[in-house]
Amino acid sequence: MRIIRTLANAATLLLFALPLQAAPQPDSDPLASPRWVDMQRMFFRDAEVVFDDRVRVSAPTTAEDALNVPVAIDLGSLQGVEEVLVFADFNPIVKALSYEPGQARANLAFRLKLQQSSPVRAAARTADGRWHVGGTWVNTTGGGCTLPSTGTGSPEWQQRLNEVSARRWPRIDGGTRLRLQIIHPMDTGLAAGIPVFHIDTLDIDTADGRRLMRILPSEPVSENPLFTLDIPPDVLGQGAIRVAGRDNNGNPIRAEIAP
Amino acid sequence: MKGLSHNLRRLACMLLLTLSTAALGQTRDFDYRLSPQQVADGVYVLIGKTEDFSLDNGGDIVNTGFIIGREGVIVIDTGSSKRYGEQMRAAIARLTPLPIVLVINTHHHPDHFLGNQAFAVDTLAALADTRRAIEAEGAGFLDNMYRLNGDWMRDTEVAIPRRTLTAGPLEAGGRKLELVALGGHTVADLAVLDTPTGTLFAADLVFNKRAPTTPHAEIKRWLQSLDQLQALRFNRLVPGHGEVTTGTDAIEQTRQYLQWLDQTLRDGAEQGLDMTEMLALTVPDKFAGLAEVRTEFRRSVTHLYPAAEQAALQRGR
Repeated sequence: MRIIRTLANAATLLLFALPLQAAPQPDSDPLASPRWVDMQRMFFRDAEVVFDDRVRVSAPTTAEDALNVPVAIDLGSLQGVEEVLVFADFNPIVKALSYEPGQARANLAFRLKLQQSSPVRAAARTADGRWHVGGTWVNTTGGGCTLPSTGTGSPEWQQRLNEVSARRWPRIDGGTRLRLQIIHPMDTGLAAGIPVFHIDTLDIDTADGRRLMRILPSEPVSENPLFTLDIPPDVLGQGAIRVAGRDNNGNPIRAEIAP
Repeated sequence: MKGLSHNLRRLACMLLLTLSTAALGQTRDFDYRLSPQQVADGVYVLIGKTEDFSLDNGGDIVNTGFIIGREGVIVIDTGSSKRYGEQMRAAIARLTPLPIVLVINTHHHPDHFLGNQAFAVDTLAALADTRRAIEAEGAGFLDNMYRLNGDWMRDTEVAIPRRTLTAGPLEAGGRKLELVALGGHTVADLAVLDTPTGTLFAADLVFNKRAPTTPHAEIKRWLQSLDQLQALRFNRLVPGHGEVTTGTDAIEQTRQYLQWLDQTLRDGAEQGLDMTEMLALTVPDKFAGLAEVRTEFRRSVTHLYPAAEQAALQRGR
């Protein structure tokens, strides 16, 4: 009898313990988005996915300008990140960009266009193949993706297309902040009569060829994109930073940013 | 086609709002309960709440006013909706049988001109740049205002002022006015001085105990405009938002906030801060007494930081 009771107790304990042990299920999306299951199918297939508080997405709760919603990805103490995806569940083009941190920190800030209120999420893939997902809801009146860029209506961008403005700042920790902006309309192809036209590759390297970060922007990245990234101490030395990239029409982007 | 889909969308919005209001068991009479306050001989103001647009206030967040002259009435700004305009008109009629001869829109923001429909179309007047801006941006504002204020907006359409005003003295309804054409809050901001009483309608160039809004602001020009207003001789000042004041305190308050805002944006850009880091900054205690200051600061960062960033990046070359 006693053995049976003990077994029963153990079973009860196991029953209660099990749900705590199990990996998060799709329906446990902390943002409670009805699109989450689709997102998981679209981006992660059979890979392991965990919601991870270390993956922080900073964005305004209510976006004042749907064409320029500021987003900062901060991966905090998460180590060994090989690739980061940023996407918005309810955008007509879901993926905003991806990036591969090299010797730069795995954080990145930029602005994106939102068509309607949506979760904005970052998913970071670590070396073990696991995806760590974090995010936040952003409310907006919308229209961000189907409006023409201001650039398409202005002759200025044609002369300045792919022109890079950039600057580096020394940080208190001895590292370097890099901000760079590229003149580009970043047209989504969703505004009537305006074909898709966006930067699709941006490689940021040290002068001696070490990769700091590769950024692969998609259509929802805002017009004239501005990226903010941080580089740890002792990576750059006195050398320049090299930027090389292109848009989907093959127009090259090139710049050197001296210290 | 565009108009049709506009209207359909608006209709769908209204239906949803009606349903949700009904579901909550609320009823609204859509009466703004406007009560004109007399601030000088023949000069009345309608003081709005120092809030943001909402389904509760229906857009009654703005100061409007009117001046009863010897032969007619001059209206200064018409509020956020057709209903507001109509109720303002009724409030004027309760005080005087004289006709409304001139309706001034001080600038092109929707809370200042969407009541225009309630007034005779040939009385509507504004600076040339304001007329152009209402024509260009009015429809966009209107959609947003239906979303923010709900059924208070019913039947509101954009009525573009036909008459062009220019700076200088103007006599209307037997009353002498001085029009001061300025800018910086928007592309064109018109201050109106009622000469006989020295009442200055400062439009949205001046906010009183309410954080300034900046969606179309050019701060440098705005600060110059404040200097020009301060140099005028006036007995009382009616700000665009907030209580009427007799001194220059509201001008000074608006100036200090704008200077702080401008400096904060430039410093942030010069230090390489990202926009998300700017949004996380705290507003100094000194400005904590301004209504809506946290919200307006975040909006201002969105509106104005990109230009500051560009300037800082250019300096890095």
